[in-house]
Amino acid sequence: MANIITDETIEYVGILAKLDLSAQEKEQAKKDMANMLDYIDTLSALDTEGVEPMSHVFPVNNVFREDVVTNGDDRENIILNAPKVKDGSFMVPKTVQ
Amino acid sequence: MKQYETVIGLEVHVELATKTKIFCSCSTAFGGSPNTHTCPVCTGMPGSLPVLNKQVVEYAMAVGLATNCTITQNCKFDRKNYFYPDNPQNYQISQLYFPICRDGGIEIDVNGTKKTIRIHEIHMEEDAGKLMHDEWEDCSLVDFNRSGVPLIEIVSEPDMRSSDEVITYLEKLRLIIQYLGASDCKLQEGSMRADVNLSVNEVGASEFGTRTEMKNLNSFKAIARAIQGERARQIELIEDGKTVTQETRRWDDNKEYSYAMRSKEDAQDYRYFPEPDLVPIVISDEWMAKVKTEQPELRDEKRYRYKTEYDIPEYDADIITSSKKMADIFEATVAICKQPKKVSNWLMVETMRLIKEKEIEPEDISFSPQNLAKLIQLVEAGTINGGVAKEVFEQIFTNNIDPEKYVKEKGLNQVNDEGALRATIEQIISENPQSVEDYKNGKDKAIGFLVGQTMKAMKGKANPGMVNQLLKELL
Amino acid sequence: MTVNLMSLTAVELGKKIKAKEVTVVEATKAALAQIKANDKELNCFVTVNEEAALIRAEEVQKRIDDGTLTGPLAGVPVAIKDNMCTKGILTTCSSKILGNFKPIYTAEAVINLENAGAVIIGKTNMDEFAMGSTTETSIFGATKNPWNTAHVPGGSSGGSAAAVAAEECSCALGSDTGGSIRQPSSFCGVTGMKPTYGTISRYGLIAYGSSLDQIGPIAKDVTDCATILEIIASYDTKDSTSVKREEYDFTSALVDDVKGLKIGIPRDYLTKGLDPEVKTSILNAAKALEAKGAIVEEFDLSLVQYAIPAYYIIASAEASSNLARFDGVKFGFRAKDFDGLHSMYKKTRSQGFGAEVKRRIMLGSFVLSSGYYDAYYIKALKTKALIKKAFDKAFEKYDVILGPTAPTTAPKLGESLSDPIKMYLGDIYTISVNLAGLPGISVPCGNDSKGLPIGLQLIGDCFQEKNIIKAAYAFEQTKKYDRCNIAKSRD
Repeated sequence: MANIITDETIEYVGILAKLDLSAQEKEQAKKDMANMLDYIDTLSALDTEGVEPMSHVFPVNNVFREDVVTNGDDRENIILNAPKVKDGSFMVPKTVQ
Repeated sequence: MKQYETVIGLEVHVELATKTKIFCSCSTAFGGSPNTHTCPVCTGMPGSLPVLNKQVVEYAMAVGLATNCTITQNCKFDRKNYFYPDNPQNYQISQLYFPICRDGGIEIDVNGTKKTIRIHEIHMEEDAGKLMHDEWEDCSLVDFNRSGVPLIEIVSEPDMRSSDEVITYLEKLRLIIQYLGASDCKLQEGSMRADVNLSVNEVGASEFGTRTEMKNLNSFKAIARAIQGERARQIELIEDGKTVTQETRRWDDNKEYSYAMRSKEDAQDYRYFPEPDLVPIVISDEWMAKVKTEQPELRDEKRYRYKTEYDIPEYDADIITSSKKMADIFEATVAICKQPKKVSNWLMVETMRLIKEKEIEPEDISFSPQNLAKLIQLVEAGTINGGVAKEVFEQIFTNNIDPEKYVKEKGLNQVNDEGALRATIEQIISENPQSVEDYKNGKDKAIGFLVGQTMKAMKGKANPGMVNQLLKELL
Repeated sequence: MTVNLMSLTAVELGKKIKAKEVTVVEATKAALAQIKANDKELNCFVTVNEEAALIRAEEVQKRIDDGTLTGPLAGVPVAIKDNMCTKGILTTCSSKILGNFKPIYTAEAVINLENAGAVIIGKTNMDEFAMGSTTETSIFGATKNPWNTAHVPGGSSGGSAAAVAAEECSCALGSDTGGSIRQPSSFCGVTGMKPTYGTISRYGLIAYGSSLDQIGPIAKDVTDCATILEIIASYDTKDSTSVKREEYDFTSALVDDVKGLKIGIPRDYLTKGLDPEVKTSILNAAKALEAKGAIVEEFDLSLVQYAIPAYYIIASAEASSNLARFDGVKFGFRAKDFDGLHSMYKKTRSQGFGAEVKRRIMLGSFVLSSGYYDAYYIKALKTKALIKKAFDKAFEKYDVILGPTAPTTAPKLGESLSDPIKMYLGDIYTISVNLAGLPGISVPCGNDSKGLPIGLQLIGDCFQEKNIIKAAYAFEQTKKYDRCNIAKSRD
């Protein structure tokens, strides 16, 4: 069953992923996504009934850290790569409200 | 006239009182110049990885156990994906699929009616940074000091039906958490934040109405006003034949109205999936039992104990235990001076008065039990009188002074010397012939005036009992 | 000096440095000279650290002289793939969006190498954000295969593999999410290894697919790889997925003895899609091991065809989230003209990312989105569980699984990107190894009729690197390391 990716889907995914595509890129994206989803759909032939989804490959649990402050003031480094900075804060276009 | 029922659920975020953030060893200390409590992890630098603070898990468990929840003994973290500048990775590490606590409840008592407000779940997550708006340059500034501060989110079932129930629930929840030491729960400071989910339906309706979510509620009064406002707004919509839109609204307490925080740039599709950089948490029965045994005495138990062990009236025990700080000071002061009724009195009267006057919270009390105990002992010993004690207490409350030193420095000792008192009283009598006359003619109240004048002349330091006695004698 | 220092293996060079036959500065200069001679054409390096490397070389020499640095790789010139953070040195992931990024800290694996006295001479080219199999998606242009510069070196660690083959460094580090160390090693005729997931700290590795990524060595031979592995593997409390290994003595497996070693060849690997020359070559390799006493037989692994779609769902999903942080706010590229916050995000990311990255971010966002999560993401995680189970079952019978690293030798430049699905299919033998968290190694086992290298892949059970090191080492003894002409020309 061929997947058909609509303009709405590409728009929606663009909002989720914060990507702006040109008209040409959108057309290509629709084709690419459809092809990829067709390919991924081959998974549906595999019977996974009753199988637990495995997110972690080894049964490692309970990795913790003690509640002790070991980091200090590293602001100079933290803002070193910032595109725009003011008074030690990262500057961004005005956020809503 | 149709009758409407208000259905309310709460999502309460609480900043935990750990020393370090949830996934890195940066300090959680409040204040601090922007971005001075940050590191590659809490600022989302490429290649950085989270490591979980064990204390966060223990606090979350403690809160869950104290609110009768079932602990999810195999729980995990998930990523909540959305773009916003206060979110350094543009995903928040939270728990959706396997939150640490589920299915609890808190019993509240509203005007004599008991009711259980069920808790749907409690989960751990990280806080975001702070955004400040720079008017001059028409931009926003991001400070990541708060990014990564550990939060627990307590989600209730929509069991509340009035703002009284909401406030009672919040107060009880806050007390429990404060008593556990898990957070100081200060609404004004943001260490406790409540979002209100509200819908209305006709009484007797089989289904709930569409609910809205309200944010930016910074005090109990604002919460109460927001509930009233939103109830009215939704009823008006329904009666106009319109529909209530499911949306998030921001409450403006100054203007007493809310507006929708809608944005087409925000799809609200968070695409939760298990956090691959963190491993699952397995909570053993032993660990749960340990946290349970470490649970300190909670408010209800304390209140009962004060009544039975210290013979404190119910009303007083209620007030004192309404703040962990006050309860702690009460117990510590009693331990030193062994005068529970007197300590209770100082807390109930003068302390509460000053709290109201200075518009602070009981949690902000900063005087030491040692100093209060000393004050009580000074009065007991007759070193100072009641009036002076009140003055001294105000100093203790404000500056935590040592009352013994203070009394000595300011020369506030009670004057018990009969000779000195007599001399002053004789003078007062001679200066106020009218009052003397009034008293002799049966106006008992006149003696009060003379006592007052005597006290004034002695700068309040006279022993009032003796003054009274001597006046009566001389008149 | 008559010996071409860069023709030696890393361990051989380390020995010469220790024996004071060569100085660290001489070794570093030799690498830099090789880069100068070849790299304009090959384009293996994004950043060459000439000045800093020479200063470091002097420091390392001092510490070798005073006895503080005694390890096998002290003074040896190493190249690092450009997705590992190196403090103060440009780290770009071959992407415009990090084109000016200088990390404020160094990746743990690289620190381990530096502590052992290695000299970092530069950062190597890669597919953008490690997404690709040819190193053609790099913003800095493709790296060329040193065996035939009209062909790709493979990817995504193409720069590292080509640099080793062209002898521009003694050895290198790469990263592997779906085959990105093993496949370019195979295409470039060198040895590359991906250890068990969790063996090497991921702290400082710029994440692509967090549950799949591992750093690993690329070098001329198995001895070098095992030596590097021993140095860079460590238990790191900064990485929650870091596994504390019981043993780190990987070099103890460098023994030419495979008597009784049970080797399984999946029948499902030897199907139509496999190039006949590659098939012949790896079956010959199996025979060579058999001749040495290994017990070789074919078996059904199963689920092979499901690994790729499962991988792409999981990797894209994780990548779409991992790459969300690149938004022009805290570091990296920010677009110039935009209208408000969301416009800044969109323009920065659309201009900053290349086509393949955007493709995978979109796919990843889609498979996680409301309504599709169960059908795609959860399904993929279930598939992953079954694939792991299939390997567990296989390793009950076999010590090592043997097969080709890739179904073909290196394709020509410019032929792969137009058909992404076909390109993804090239990962068929390597991908399931990442899904199951297993160790895998690729060793050169021959050349095709065009002269392009073929790679043999050996897969071990989790935490059984020693089995594959042993098998690879034993096989290597039957086949001398083949240097490409570009390397030989510098003798």
